[in-house]
Order: sequence, then C-alpha cells, then structure tokens
Amino acid sequence: MSLDVHAVVEPDRLDVRFSLDEGETLAVLGPNGAGKSTLLDVLAGLLRPDSAHVRLGDTTLVSTGHDARDVWVSPHSRGVALLAQEALLFPHLTVRDNVAFGPRGAGRDRGEARRIAERWLERVDATGLADRRPRRLSGGQAQRVAVARALATEPKLLLLDEPFGALDAGVAPAMRRLLSEVLAERTVVMVTHDPLDALALADRVIVLDGGRIVEQGAAREVLLNPQTEFTRLLTFGLGAV
Amino acid sequence: MSERVRQRSTLGGIPAWVAVVAAVGALLIVIPIVSLATRVDWPNFAVLVTSPSSLAALALSLRTSVASTALCVLLGVPLALVLARTSFPGKRILRALILLPLVLPPVVGGIALLAAFGRRGLLGSSLETMGVSIAFSTVAVVLAQTFVALPFLVLSLEAALRAAGSRYEAVASTLGASPSSVFRRVTLPLVLPGLVTGAVLAFARALGEFGATLTFAGSLEGVTRTLPLEIYLQRETDPDAAVALALVLVVVAVVVMIVTYGRREIR
Repeated sequence: MSLDVHAVVEPDRLDVRFSLDEGETLAVLGPNGAGKSTLLDVLAGLLRPDSAHVRLGDTTLVSTGHDARDVWVSPHSRGVALLAQEALLFPHLTVRDNVAFGPRGAGRDRGEARRIAERWLERVDATGLADRRPRRLSGGQAQRVAVARALATEPKLLLLDEPFGALDAGVAPAMRRLLSEVLAERTVVMVTHDPLDALALADRVIVLDGGRIVEQGAAREVLLNPQTEFTRLLTFGLGAV
Repeated sequence: MSERVRQRSTLGGIPAWVAVVAAVGALLIVIPIVSLATRVDWPNFAVLVTSPSSLAALALSLRTSVASTALCVLLGVPLALVLARTSFPGKRILRALILLPLVLPPVVGGIALLAAFGRRGLLGSSLETMGVSIAFSTVAVVLAQTFVALPFLVLSLEAALRAAGSRYEAVASTLGASPSSVFRRVTLPLVLPGLVTGAVLAFARALGEFGATLTFAGSLEGVTRTLPLEIYLQRETDPDAAVALALVLVVVAVVVMIVTYGRREIR
C-alpha cells in the first residue's frame, strides 16, 4: 500500500509531510527528541494529531484540522502493526499464543490461528520456542517472536521503532538479516538513530530535526552524499568511507 | 558442605528507641488477639459455634459477603478502569467520593443508605410504590457491605492497572484487537493478581461489616443478623459463644491476610 502523510503535533513540534510507494521501506533518521516516535504513534493511531492527513492505499486513516469532515480510524481497524524497541510480548501467553493473538482477534478459529502462528514462528526461526513463556526468552528471541506476532496480522503498513535498540550487539546482525528478508515486499516505516540500519534496510530516508524534515530522498543518496551539515554529522561521514 | 544463609537481625541504623516504640505498637495489636484465644472455652468450642443461631448467622454472613464481593467486582472493575485510564474534569473529586467509605464511620454510611433506600428515602419511596422494599432485608445487608467494601477493590485494582501500564494494551490494539477484546484478552489477565487481592480484601471487609448493616438492615435472625451482629448480641447473653464466634472471624481474617500478602512476600 502506498502511504501519504501530513502530520502536525503541536506539543511535540512535529510537522512533517512525505509519501511512500507500495513495498518501500522508509527510514526516519534523527537524534533523540526529533519527533520520530511521535510520528509512529500518529501512524499507529496511538496519538491524536492536531492536524493531519494520513492515507494508506485508498483508505484515509486520519483527517483532522482541515475544513472537511474529521476522519479517525481506531488503531485496531488500521491494519498498521507497530514493532517497538522492546518486544512487549504478552507475559500471560505462550510464544505461540502471542503470535496467534492477531489472527484470533481477526476472527480466525483456534486451529487456524495456531497454524498461522506456527508458520510465522518457522519464518523467524523460533519454532522451538513455541511453548515457552516470554519471561524465559532472551532479548533477541523475544524480538524475533515480536516480528512474527506483528507480521501474523498481515499488516498493510509495518512500523518499526528502533528494532535493534534493546538488543545486544551480537544479536543485532541476525535480526537485521531477518528483517531485510521479511520487509522486502512490505510498506514499512522504520525509526532509527543508526544510519547503518537505514542503509541496510531502507529504500528511502527522511532526516528529522526538531520535528521538521531537513533532508529526504533515496537511501543511498541521502546517506552517502548528504546535502546538509546536519545529515553529514548524523551519518558520521558514511559517504567518506 | 552445604552453605547456610542465615537471616541476621539488625537495627539497620534506626535508633533503638524507635524499635522499642514499634514493639509497643505491634503488641497493642497482638496482645488482644492472643488474649481472645486464651478466653475461648475450648471443650465446648464446637457446640458454641454450631448452635442454630450461630450457624444461621455464619451462613447469612457467607452468603451476603459472597454476593457483595461479586457486586464489588462487577461495579469496581469498570470504576477502577475509568480512574486508571481515562482523564476528564472532576476525576479527582470522583475518586475522593468513591473512597469516602474508607474513612466514613460505618453508622454514617448506614444512615446515608437509609436516606437513599429507606421507606421514605430519596429512591426508596419510589421503589416502595413499585412494591420493592429494601431496608431491613437481606438485600440491604448486601448493599451495606458493598458500600463499605467497594473502595478496597477499586483501590487495589487501580494500583495494579497503573503498575501494568498501557503499553501492552497499545500493542494489542495495533495487532487488531478492539477495545473490548483488549480488555478481555490483555488487561484483565495482566491485573488478575491485583483483582484477586482486591476481591479478597473486599470480602473480608464485607464479612466484618457491623455499623452500616445494623443501621440500614437491622438485626433479624436469618435475614439480616450477620456474624458480627450475632457476636455483639451474644456478648450480653452468652459471652462464651461470643468469644468462640469472634475467634472464627479472627481465623478468617488471618487466612485473608496470608492469601493477599503472603504471596507478595514470596516474589
């Protein structure tokens, strides 16, 4: 699904406008407090913007602050899955039931949801963990399961918030490999402060500073040949390598 | 060789006189309870607590306390959710009002209930014309118990909801779960321990209710005379029975404390 976004959140001084083609991965780059997580919350429907227009494919998700009638699609009806920095697996459910949570909610019967869950667990190489409780997983295992849980809902848009942020350095490469596989055909918005993640996973990049877009374009162009000093500093001279 | 971990007693830096005053405070509670146990007429204990009037009071107390605990859960879960998750003007006042029975003398609660549901009460008079009479009935006992016990459930569940936070709920909603579904499949299971604690505390408070019940429901054997009322009445005619029944309530209270706080110690 293609994505068109214009969002203003005044308390967080966020004011951005961008669009994304179907199947593309967008990396949102910027320092802490640049408004990256606020943007994801607006897209997921967890935050009501002061003024916004968000379209996903043919569906308007949010339209406020314009003269037309207000539109607000609740988070559970958006088809937008959010993968946070922490896995946030439901502690009272097994790994399998965590992944089956979305399909069950979408009205699949128990057996079908279970089959979908097991298919996705296989995809993220976590079949052996199916019967465990989340507290008995390592950080990397939990994050793999969280990927499976998000994708099992067949989201039209996938949001990633610093997906490697809470992982040990040793686990991050495997996770990066997994994501580059499963993200390939999807429309994804990924927030990160690491330009290497953006280079490895994204087709397009926007750079945020203080809630505004200071630079945007194709990932390689922006990251390897930044036009602004701000982006040059943020990418710590990737282009010079 | 097995290693033994020994719990050493230390004062942890507090002045010795603080520990002494603390001991006096603890004894103020422990001595009366122990004294009560020494006063029990043990050889006749079984006979005393199984007399027809005692059994009637015990059965009524259990029935009404279970009913009012169920009512507390039914009304208290939504109340706690509203207090923990929503924001609206006047919320602080609403919370203060709901918690008022915690600090209100139960007799006052009973008089307030009479003013509302009594024969000539605010709601009672209209109920009366419809042929419904609440005051001085078993329903009145349940209402009085719910009135005093509800804040216990709301308080402990609200604390559990705040501790659990709303991040799991947010994730669940992005996975496509509707608000009702999030409540049933995520919120409730996450706060279940807090809900159980609150329900047990509410049950204990309902079981011990005296003042509001006596004022609003009276003391009719088998209808409104719960165990605390029976104990108070027996004290005049048969002190041994009163002491024996009192011990029964102490045992119930101790069990309640073990259920609610013992579990937390283990963690």
